[in-house]
Amino acid sequence: MSLLELKNVSKIYGSLHALDHVSLKVEKGEWLAIMGPSGSGKSTMMNIIGALDKATEGEILLDGVDIAKKNARALTDIRRDKIGLIFQQFHLVSYLTAVENVMLAQYYHSVPDEKEALEALDRVGLADRAHHYPSQLSGGEQQRVCVARALINYPEIILADEPTGNLDEANEEIVVELFRKLHMDGTTLVVVTHNPEVAEVAQRTIVLRNGRVDHEMINENFTGKIKHITLQ
Amino acid sequence: MFVRMIAKAFLRQWKKMLMIAFTIALGASLATAMLSVMMDVEDKMNQELKAYGANITVVPKSASVISDLYDVGDENVSGTYLKEDELGKIKTIFWAFNIVDFTPFISTEVTLDNGDKGQVTGTWFNHHMDLPTGEELDAGIASLRSWWTITEGEWLDEQGSHSGDYAMVGTLYAQRENLSVGDKIHVTGSAADKELEVVGIFDAGGDEDDLIYVPVDTAQELGGLEGKIDSIEVSALTTPDNELAVKAARDPSSLSVSQYETWYCTAYVSSICYQIEEVITDSVASAVRQVADSEGQILNKTKLLMILITILSMVGAALGICNLVTASVMERSQEIGLMKAIGAHNPAITALVLAEVMCTAVIGGIAGFYAGIGFAQIIGHSVFDSAISIRPMVVPVVGVLVAIVTLIGSIPAIRMLLNLRPTEVLHGR
Repeated sequence: MSLLELKNVSKIYGSLHALDHVSLKVEKGEWLAIMGPSGSGKSTMMNIIGALDKATEGEILLDGVDIAKKNARALTDIRRDKIGLIFQQFHLVSYLTAVENVMLAQYYHSVPDEKEALEALDRVGLADRAHHYPSQLSGGEQQRVCVARALINYPEIILADEPTGNLDEANEEIVVELFRKLHMDGTTLVVVTHNPEVAEVAQRTIVLRNGRVDHEMINENFTGKIKHITLQ
Repeated sequence: MFVRMIAKAFLRQWKKMLMIAFTIALGASLATAMLSVMMDVEDKMNQELKAYGANITVVPKSASVISDLYDVGDENVSGTYLKEDELGKIKTIFWAFNIVDFTPFISTEVTLDNGDKGQVTGTWFNHHMDLPTGEELDAGIASLRSWWTITEGEWLDEQGSHSGDYAMVGTLYAQRENLSVGDKIHVTGSAADKELEVVGIFDAGGDEDDLIYVPVDTAQELGGLEGKIDSIEVSALTTPDNELAVKAARDPSSLSVSQYETWYCTAYVSSICYQIEEVITDSVASAVRQVADSEGQILNKTKLLMILITILSMVGAALGICNLVTASVMERSQEIGLMKAIGAHNPAITALVLAEVMCTAVIGGIAGFYAGIGFAQIIGHSVFDSAISIRPMVVPVVGVLVAIVTLIGSIPAIRMLLNLRPTEVLHGR
C-alpha cells in the first residue's frame, strides 16, 4: 500500500481548475519532487496533500485513510501527527529562539522536550545556534530550523514547499544535503520546487501543467541520468 | 511553553500591549471614579441638600388631622401641642445617626404697644442638649436655615450673650416698625409681657421676614405654654424612595414581615418619620415632599449620569481594545497560521491570544483602578469639598467590568483568528 495516494483529485475555484483530476502515488520512503511553472497547481497540490486545504473532489489516501472526507479539526490532527511542513518563507515565530520554535511543534503535538528539540537541531547542524532568534540566523539556518521543526514529531511524510526558494547556492546545497540524509534515513519526502537542481536529486519528479500531471521523470540510482516518461 | 510564549509575545509587542493596557486603564479609571463617587454621592449629596432645609415636619396628631381636613397650613388651631422634653428622643431612633439637625417651633399671639396683634415664634437658635444616650447635641435654626442672611446684627446666641429676652426680626417687620439692632419691642402675651431686644435682622426671602423669632422659653412664657411646642422641623439624611418606600408611606401595616424589616432598616424618609412618631407622643411626622422628592430626583439623576459615564467609558474602552487586539491578530496572522499548520487547534490559539490580552487587562485594570481613586478624590474635593471614600465593592465590580469589556473587545479578533486559514497566510493565497 502506498503511503500517499491521490485519486482523481480536483480543486476548483469558480471556473478555475487549479487541480484537474490528478492521480498520484507516493511510496513510503520515496523522495518525490513536484515541478511546474507558476500557476500549474504545485502549491494547491501541496496544500491538499498537507491537509491544509480540501479538495473539491477525489480521494486522498494518507496511510490508508481518506483525508478528503475529514473535517477541519481532524485535518489539524492529521497535520500534527503525520505531516511535517517546510515553507519557502520559513515561518519561524520571531520572538522564540530556534529551539523554542522546534518545541512549539512539540507543544501542539504532545509535550515540549527541550533536550529532544536540541537533538533535532543538532541533526540539522544547528546545535550551537539553538538559542538564537530567527533574526540572528541566516536564511539557510532558518530553513534548517524549519526542517528540525518538521522532523521533531516523527511525521509519516515531510512536505517542503520551495524549500530553497529563498536561499543562496551554498545554503541550497546544505538543505539538499539534509534532504538526502533524511531520505537515506527512510523519511518520505515530497518537495515542491522551481529549481531543476533540487528536483534532479529526488528519486522521482512529476511536472504539473494547468493543474494536470504533464509528465514524470525518474532519477535512476541518483546517477544524474534522468529517464523521461511522457504521460497521457 | 504556554507561559514562555505569552511572556515573549509580551516583550516583543510591548508597545501594542502598552496601548491596550492604557486603553483598559482609561476605561477602568473612569469606571472606578464614577462608581466610587456614585456609591458615596448619596451621603455627599444629602449633606449638600441639607442646605435646603428640613425635610421632615412633626406636628401633633390632632393638628395634622385638622390641617388635612381644612387646609389651615402651619397655624395651630387644634390647641394640642407636642412635649418639649421629648425632643431629645429624636436622637434615639434607629436612624439617629441620620438626623442631622432639628428645631422646635412654638407660636403665640401677642399685642404690640400700638395695639396691633402680632405673632412671636419661639425656636432654638443654637440650642445645646445633653441627650439620653449621653451624647451632646447643638441644634437650631441657625444651622437649619443656613440660607438666611443676617442684614444687621448677628444670630441670637442662646448659649452665650443672648440668654434672656432677645429677639431676631425679619427685614420686612424691621422696615415696617423702623427697627434696628438694639431697639426694644414691648410685647404682651396671654400670660406675660416682655421687653425684647433686637439682636439681629435677617432676610429669609419668605414669609418669615415678617415675623419675630425668640427663644422657645420666651415664647412659652408669653403664651403660658411652658413645656409645649407646636411643631418640629427635622433635617435627616435619607435614601431616595422606591416602590417599597411609597407603599410603606401609604400604610406600613400593608407590608410583609420581611418588607417591613427592609423598610424599617433603610433610611427612607417614611421609615424615619415612622420612627419619630414612635418616640414623640401623639405626633404625626411627614416628609416635606418638595425637598424629599427633589433630593431623590437629584440623587437618582446624578447616579444615572454616573452610570451612563461608566457605561460610555467601558464602551469606549471596548472599541479601543477591539481595534488594538484585531490589529495585533492581523499583524500576527502568519504566526497564527503557522500554529494552525503545525497542529494547533482553534481553542489553543484563542487561549493564547486571550491570555495575552487578559494579562494586559489585569495590568491596565490595576493601573486604572488606582488612577480612578485619584480621579474620585479630585471630583470629591472639587465638587463636595471632601474626600470620596472608596467602597470595597468597587474592586470586584471594576474587575468584572474590565474582564467583560476585554472579552467583548476581543470578540472580533477571535472571530478573525477562528476564520483564519493557514493556506491564505502561509502562501499568500
